[in-house]
Amino acid sequence: MEVGRLEVVEPENPEDETCRTFVMHNEDHTLGNSLRYIIMKNPEVQFCGYSVPHPSESKINLRIQTNGPPAVDVLRRGLVELTAVCEHVLTTFETTVNNFKRIQGSGEPMDTI
Amino acid sequence: MADLEDIRTRVRLNEYSLSNTQSTDFPGNYPDYDDAWNQVKFEENFRINIISMTDLEMEFDMVGVDAAVANAFRRILLAEVPTMAIEKVFIYNNTSIIQDEVLAHRLGLIPIKADPRLFEYRQKDDTEGTPEDTIELELKVKCTRNPNASKDATDPDEIYRNHKVLTKQMKWIPLGNQAEMFMDNDIHPVHDDILVAKLRPGQELDLKLHCVKGIGKDHAKFSPVATASYRLLPDITLTKPVVGEKAERLQKCFSPGVIEIEEVKGQKVAKVVNPRKDTCSREALRHDDLKECVQLGRVRNHFIFSVESTGILPPDVLVTEAVKILMAKCRKMLSELDKTQVETEK
Repeated sequence: MEVGRLEVVEPENPEDETCRTFVMHNEDHTLGNSLRYIIMKNPEVQFCGYSVPHPSESKINLRIQTNGPPAVDVLRRGLVELTAVCEHVLTTFETTVNNFKRIQGSGEPMDTI
Repeated sequence: MADLEDIRTRVRLNEYSLSNTQSTDFPGNYPDYDDAWNQVKFEENFRINIISMTDLEMEFDMVGVDAAVANAFRRILLAEVPTMAIEKVFIYNNTSIIQDEVLAHRLGLIPIKADPRLFEYRQKDDTEGTPEDTIELELKVKCTRNPNASKDATDPDEIYRNHKVLTKQMKWIPLGNQAEMFMDNDIHPVHDDILVAKLRPGQELDLKLHCVKGIGKDHAKFSPVATASYRLLPDITLTKPVVGEKAERLQKCFSPGVIEIEEVKGQKVAKVVNPRKDTCSREALRHDDLKECVQLGRVRNHFIFSVESTGILPPDVLVTEAVKILMAKCRKMLSELDKTQVETEK
């Protein structure tokens, strides 16, 4: 169950920190598209796109080009923000489910939020 | 301005095409809008409404996320939430007419009611299995003739004994300390009336079944949902008042309950009451006089999820596990990022 390894494609210009292509192993559109969306919401990002080089291989190429900050930092911020989204979704969902079960259990009419 | 809102928030359903399917709310696309990611704004606008929930099925609304994130949850529900399923079948005796491999395939697809969170994944090269990662079940059935059947009986239920092999006959054999761990909830298949094979007198099955933990990506038998899907909330706007006989025709174009006819000053006027029920058949756009009065679309960030569980875990547990799995993916990537950064700095 090897979950994602991260590789960085050797850049043509290593001094330029603003553009990088990352190869994520054992990942697919699940993480790729959601991460791309969050990174694109960053105003410093000029370009962000991902692709699956071949459907038989389970890896994605994620390219980030920024107009200032190093690409690695943008990737890190994107991952952190996606984690925060998941945490909020999780807590909201659990609270809503517990409320629903409580109201169902006591037989009161449901109020629509 | 209204057009801009429309492009940003709605997917348009036209007569022969769809428009505005891509989300365009990225920073820099619209000059007057601040579209940068803002966790506070997201938390304000995000909500979840549960429409219905039973032990097996759940329908809920998720409002305020983008399609990329909602789709990630759907993909994880289908393929990455782990369950226990029969992986190895040790066939000591199979004199039935069902071939070994067909029988093993059928057994693999039977859902086993065991909480996968209490088990580990099997190590890659381990062939034996340990009590922490394996569940053992036994299926031993022998078909015999019924001596008490009447001479001219034809019903197989009467003339044969044990001719149908059902999941009810699968017995759990606790390994190691599993007997104490699962004292209150026995491990057994979710349904005990699944027909596995049919036998005739003299045929018997003697099998040991080993279950392991796996994910749907590896084999569909490990998928915990019968299906998990979402649809976007339909959005119907009447651009012109629709009255009289036209209103009745408009009502017939949509699914029942979407459009209601009101009596206003003696005239019948059509009103959109419940767009949720609509299945977006676009029937109204097929009639020339009706297609100018109505605009069809979908709300881009309102997802109506439907999760149907196979019975192993309740659907609300499945959704929470799916969200946790996406979080774990992000965290693993972050730790990998830290590792590569440390290496490059060395």
